[in-house]
Amino acid sequence: MNGGYQIVVCGSIVPDPLQTLEPVAGPTGPALRNEMMLPAVLDPWAAHALYEAANLAKQHSGSKVWWVALGPKAKLQQLMMSMAQKVPFELVALDGTASGFSDSWEVAEALAGAIESIPELDRDRLLLFGGWESASRGTGVTMQMVGERLGITDQFQGVDELTIESDGSLRLLERVEGGHHQVSVCGSPPVVVGWATGRLPEPPNNPQVGMLNMRTVMPALQRAKLVQLSTEGLTFHSVDLPEQRRETRIVRDSSADEIALELVDWIKSD
Amino acid sequence: MSSENQQRETLYTLPGDDLRQIMWRYSDRFDLQMAVQSARSVARGPVARLVADGARNTHEWTEEKAKLLEAFDESGITSVYMDPEFGGFIEGPKNMALALVAFELAWVDGGAATSSLAGCLALAPIHERGTADQRELYMARCVPAQPGEDREVWRGAFSLTEPLPYVGVDAGTLGGQVKVAEWPDGEEPILQVEKRGRFITNMDFANFVTAAVASDDERIKGSCMVILEESDPGTFDRGAPTLKLVHQLSSTRDPVFSLRIPAGRIIGGYTLRDGVIVPNYTHSEIIEAVFRRTRVTVGVMTSAKLLSAVEPIIRYQRQRFRGGTASTPGSPRYDLGLQQKEDVLHRLVDVWATGEAAASLGFEAARVFDLLDQLEQKKSEFFAREGIRTGREKLRAQHKMEENVLEYLKLSNWAESEVEQERLEQLKNDSLVEYTLLDSQANVLCPACKLWNTGHGANVMREAVSLMGGYGITEDCPGFLGQKWMDAQLEATSEGPAAVQRRQLSITMTNRVFLALFRKWIRELRLIAGERPGTGACNLASAMELWLWTLNHLQQAKDADGVKLYRGQRQGVTFSLADALCWLLASRQQILDLIELEEKGAENPAVADSLDSYTGFFSDLCHIQAASASGEVGRICSELVYGYNRHPAWDSAGRGSCFDPNELEVLESVIPGISGTADSYSDVVEEDFVPKKAGPCVRFDGSEDYARLRMKMEGCLTGCRLAKDRAAMALSKVMIPEALDYPE
Repeated sequence: MNGGYQIVVCGSIVPDPLQTLEPVAGPTGPALRNEMMLPAVLDPWAAHALYEAANLAKQHSGSKVWWVALGPKAKLQQLMMSMAQKVPFELVALDGTASGFSDSWEVAEALAGAIESIPELDRDRLLLFGGWESASRGTGVTMQMVGERLGITDQFQGVDELTIESDGSLRLLERVEGGHHQVSVCGSPPVVVGWATGRLPEPPNNPQVGMLNMRTVMPALQRAKLVQLSTEGLTFHSVDLPEQRRETRIVRDSSADEIALELVDWIKSD
Repeated sequence: MSSENQQRETLYTLPGDDLRQIMWRYSDRFDLQMAVQSARSVARGPVARLVADGARNTHEWTEEKAKLLEAFDESGITSVYMDPEFGGFIEGPKNMALALVAFELAWVDGGAATSSLAGCLALAPIHERGTADQRELYMARCVPAQPGEDREVWRGAFSLTEPLPYVGVDAGTLGGQVKVAEWPDGEEPILQVEKRGRFITNMDFANFVTAAVASDDERIKGSCMVILEESDPGTFDRGAPTLKLVHQLSSTRDPVFSLRIPAGRIIGGYTLRDGVIVPNYTHSEIIEAVFRRTRVTVGVMTSAKLLSAVEPIIRYQRQRFRGGTASTPGSPRYDLGLQQKEDVLHRLVDVWATGEAAASLGFEAARVFDLLDQLEQKKSEFFAREGIRTGREKLRAQHKMEENVLEYLKLSNWAESEVEQERLEQLKNDSLVEYTLLDSQANVLCPACKLWNTGHGANVMREAVSLMGGYGITEDCPGFLGQKWMDAQLEATSEGPAAVQRRQLSITMTNRVFLALFRKWIRELRLIAGERPGTGACNLASAMELWLWTLNHLQQAKDADGVKLYRGQRQGVTFSLADALCWLLASRQQILDLIELEEKGAENPAVADSLDSYTGFFSDLCHIQAASASGEVGRICSELVYGYNRHPAWDSAGRGSCFDPNELEVLESVIPGISGTADSYSDVVEEDFVPKKAGPCVRFDGSEDYARLRMKMEGCLTGCRLAKDRAAMALSKVMIPEALDYPE
């Protein structure tokens, strides 16, 4: 595409999954115990979206990545100290809750408003990326609503691959049942892409990239607009931990075959 | 923190980055925060996997271990040391940055930290004292290749003295010589270097070595450091692997070099005087500049081990009985496990408190060196401007600078008149005053941090391992605590063992500027205690007074044989006093870090809500550590003050200091009641009867002052065990993650 793509990635923090996550009743509704004190990571679905966005931008000169994040400013700042080193982007920060108990529509509204306020955004070059769902909320609707709010009707969810064809069209693989993908071809942007895991590994930290990103990250955090999400009309009747007790085990860098074998063994043993 | 006895919020979670950034003063340095995240990702990823996979079980440098170097390069750890002009990303001094990286790596494995630091150590002589050309050449070679660049990254090793034991090498001299091999007319001399190294880190893959050598030729003056390259003509034998029991993720060998190199490889260059090559810097001048910085990071490494032990120990204690038939979910035995017992909690509190104090001391030392590095240039410019060149001229200038600092310290305590205020302002803005003040601190903080963090730290790591009893001393111990315990002992030995640090401290701690500053710190601690009574600041101030009194006393006193006590050879005195000082410095800095958190924490929304819980808990840890410090200082000082006197015996001289009952009868008429109270002042002995004890109780001039100070200090211990109870209770309630964030 002439001039490259303008890729906007939506994503925010979730508590580090290794932490003890205990739902409690807060003054404004359900929350996690000690949530502000827990270390946070970038929502893994959003992280895949960000890595895919950076990779696409790298392949198409003139492209640019914006990362729109709604979360507590101080927590976002901590997150940036690792994420800013991974890929180049410009941050658009919104200061507000990133709780998994907030209302999806209100979150979508805030994100859409922030995207609309990006001054040089060209909708004909716009790829709107995000996670197809979130590690803190599995409803899978926020990105759809952001897209709707922005009037983008070409939407793809559970995407594992996006290829730009020679004629400029977009070829997307969306997850369907049975480990298969649905192949779609979209003529041109704007599109909404809700990413599943994608195909890319987590990029290593590169402090040179970090230093470049920080020129815009810190000012963006300083001018982050305060977003108050109301809880009006939202009621949680009950919040429980999953019945299945978590048996956390840390294993890094296992191959897909090893993981699959272990799953099969586990299913057979049950 | 209004009152020591106030009911405190409990500790909710283990402290995270937000807190540490405030306490260790880098919350406004995103370059450092990024370096921390990078180092952490490497430490808890590839480094931890190597340890978990048993990579430490061989002395050899394996392919798997070598991959760590790539990880260091990719993540920016290698370039932390480089200036931006050479491809680095951190502007200005790098001491704090290196300390933080070492902390993160040593959180998992000390050898990995050493491996990363060894490259910096090799470059440090060139960075600190090399010529501009040398700096440019080697820094550019060592910076990792950027995407699209195709070149080999050079790696270095640092080879100091390390003579081989039992092979006829004098341990008191440099294990290397240099002489002129060729000196063609009008050309640069070619040098022949003979050097054997011992315990040389990075030697498996080093492309160059910065080596200390002494002249073996009358045409070369003194000693120097030279740069040896692997392609130089001659022998570049990497030697046998060192059979280490520790730090196996770093490469260590005993190399042998016999190489010809151009004289331009003398670090810092040379000057020709009457046909003699005079190196611009002796090897000791370079090493002093290097080691006074790098030793700090070694001290920081041990503090990381201690703090990293807390989470796995808590988890072990709580889960100790789970899975057994005797404990059911919901029962105290199931939920708290060993934490039902006070002892294990108290001991863990001690481990944590030591770790906090050690980290506080280490990072403060690193920050002081960062400030000092910025001011050193100004001092050099001043010396050049004033034509101060020779050692004697420098000493004279130093003396004058010290006078100014002492005046500054005096006025900062009490400046009344307008003239005095004006002078105070003038001195405050004088960068040489600031430099001299910081230099006096750095000269103490560096050896103190290296000595105490690693030495006492290793002892406390043993305690940490003992708290993991159910695992035995095995590789299965979560958090690699067994390996960390052994590694801590290496950290106490490498880069100058404890005796070297004690020797340095015994000199620098008597510097008049440092002692003036020390008095100021005592006053400040009293003020802190007034505002924050639960921190142990008052106890610590009393211990510092006791130490100062003891130093002054020992500098004047003689032993029972009339031999002066405080002198270089009397290490039983000087070294012990140095040990005592370290406890005080660590405890003081821990309190200052707590205050920083209290003052700045409220500005961070992620910390603000839970600030009281953290400051309350850390305050208790400070109190506990101050009590430990004062106990240790009291013990050492009492041994020194009393221990060199010969105990009075029941001889005539001894009896002369006692009351005779007949004498008391006479005195009773002049001083009514003396008979009843005399035995509190001295012994009462009859002619043919003496009490069953070694001799009359000890009395000497000044002992009353000492006893008063010690009694005051011990009274200040009031409340310290209540603080320990509170901290222990907090440890039994604090929320911890479900699993360690690196493999076990």
